[in-house]
Amino acid sequence: MSLLEDLYKQIILEHYKKPRNYGELDPHTHRQEGKNSSCGDELVLDLTIENGVIREARFKGHGCAISQATASLMTEAIKGKKISEVQDLSSYFKNMLRTGTAHPELGELSALQGISKIHARVKCASLPWTTLDEALRQGESQN
Amino acid sequence: MMTRNWSQVREDFPILQRTVNGKKLVYLDSTATAQKPRAVIDALSHFYEHTNANIHRGAYSLSIESTEAYEEARSRVARLIQAPEQGIIFTRNTTEAINLVARTWALDHLKPGDQILVTEMEHHSNLVPWHIAAKATGAEVIGVRVTPEGRLDQQDYLQKLASGKVKLVAVAHISNALGTLNPVQQMTEQAHQAGALVLIDGAQSVPHLPVNVQELGADFFAFSGHKMCGPTGAGVLYARPELLEEMSPFLGGGEMIDQVYIDHSTYADLPRKFEAGTPAIAEVVALGVAAQYLQDLGMERIWQHEKDLMAYALDRIAEIPELTQYGPLGEDRAGVLSFNLQGVHAHDVAGFLDERGICVRSGHHCAQPLMRALKVGSTARASFYLYNTREDIDALVQALREIVAFFKE
Repeated sequence: MSLLEDLYKQIILEHYKKPRNYGELDPHTHRQEGKNSSCGDELVLDLTIENGVIREARFKGHGCAISQATASLMTEAIKGKKISEVQDLSSYFKNMLRTGTAHPELGELSALQGISKIHARVKCASLPWTTLDEALRQGESQN
Repeated sequence: MMTRNWSQVREDFPILQRTVNGKKLVYLDSTATAQKPRAVIDALSHFYEHTNANIHRGAYSLSIESTEAYEEARSRVARLIQAPEQGIIFTRNTTEAINLVARTWALDHLKPGDQILVTEMEHHSNLVPWHIAAKATGAEVIGVRVTPEGRLDQQDYLQKLASGKVKLVAVAHISNALGTLNPVQQMTEQAHQAGALVLIDGAQSVPHLPVNVQELGADFFAFSGHKMCGPTGAGVLYARPELLEEMSPFLGGGEMIDQVYIDHSTYADLPRKFEAGTPAIAEVVALGVAAQYLQDLGMERIWQHEKDLMAYALDRIAEIPELTQYGPLGEDRAGVLSFNLQGVHAHDVAGFLDERGICVRSGHHCAQPLMRALKVGSTARASFYLYNTREDIDALVQALREIVAFFKE
């Protein structure tokens, strides 16, 4: 089995077919749209942040299995965490996509480690995280 | 040359010998860019090894040879599309050719209330330049609808022309995303009757079928060298010489001038008026070689080969019930197979095919209005050219069946 197929088998297909936290959050404190305009992928991320902690996170949109599964795994990972922890997680994740080395904090997200070797797909796995970064950045500017 | 069969033609393309991910390369993305035959690759190195000098300037042998090679390419390209030589302007690509018209003719001729009529199936390169021109002139860009089968709605076209406001029609000869061959000759006649000029985007037609720009009635006709076996960086704008004569220059600088004074300048004769600065000389020379290569094989024969491949592909994909294909099922269809597999995103399809050495494009194909009209976010697209064979299609179909099975588990 190839690297890509192996990766899909492990985790991506499971989250693609049964995405966690799929849908809209009403009410929400943050809503952020993310796009990969070169491939047409779109994502809407809703967050409820209270006292610097992400209480709820949901996403919807359309994209490939990698982008959808990453969004599913990401929303699972950030719920209940402080903004500062989530920001760390985001930089660990992006670092993993670049270097192929997973920080222990990434937990289940390290299943996506192999994407670093498939350059064409790095952008797909980045989209949910850049959307999250933007949501948090916009949140900061509002406060 | 005419007696060579298509598998012999494959041998002209060195890249087809390589492997990808340990698999034989199956290149099905010629709509994005075509592979290059040995003759074109050799023309580039031959130019740099033997001829290299700037054109139109030197009084020495190399410069004269270089100029001759460059102008020979113009003749060859002119012959390929049955155009007068002084109507052939070398640009970088189709996009630059269309921008040239949008930044010169359009800015000089359009005013508030005028309309530029495009279509829902245009490539972004035949939309965005018009948006820019419209913003600058106060004109408006409107679009002809696409039918669910992926054809231009000819009724809608005539209705929109009937307003009398349309000054320019900009239409693709063949859709890059669907393979639809549009009835441009008829559309051009109708546009002229309505008092509009016509720009035809020939990026997907010149490489694949015989084109006669005068018979088509094109006022402007744009295409790229790299999609027709030529190098990147050299493309063509054909325009009726009468139009070029009265058009303002696009880029100003060296080579496009007649006399230059400190406060004004006069311009060179056609076609040099539109070729400012040192052009992509080697690339243009090699583009001429590509034009000759295609003509020697025979454009009619290439078109027939692609239609045969398409018919075979349509038969074979019928074996995959999970596959939806987009585009018309008729004679008006080039070798472009745009599709989706149920439950599998186009990027995943492309990624899995890559693992098997098969190159296809996935995404919106720079045709977002079309994707909206078809109500899809993206498609996977396999496109065929003269070096593709039935075996390539067999490999594609086999891989697609495996992908369907994998995602069903």
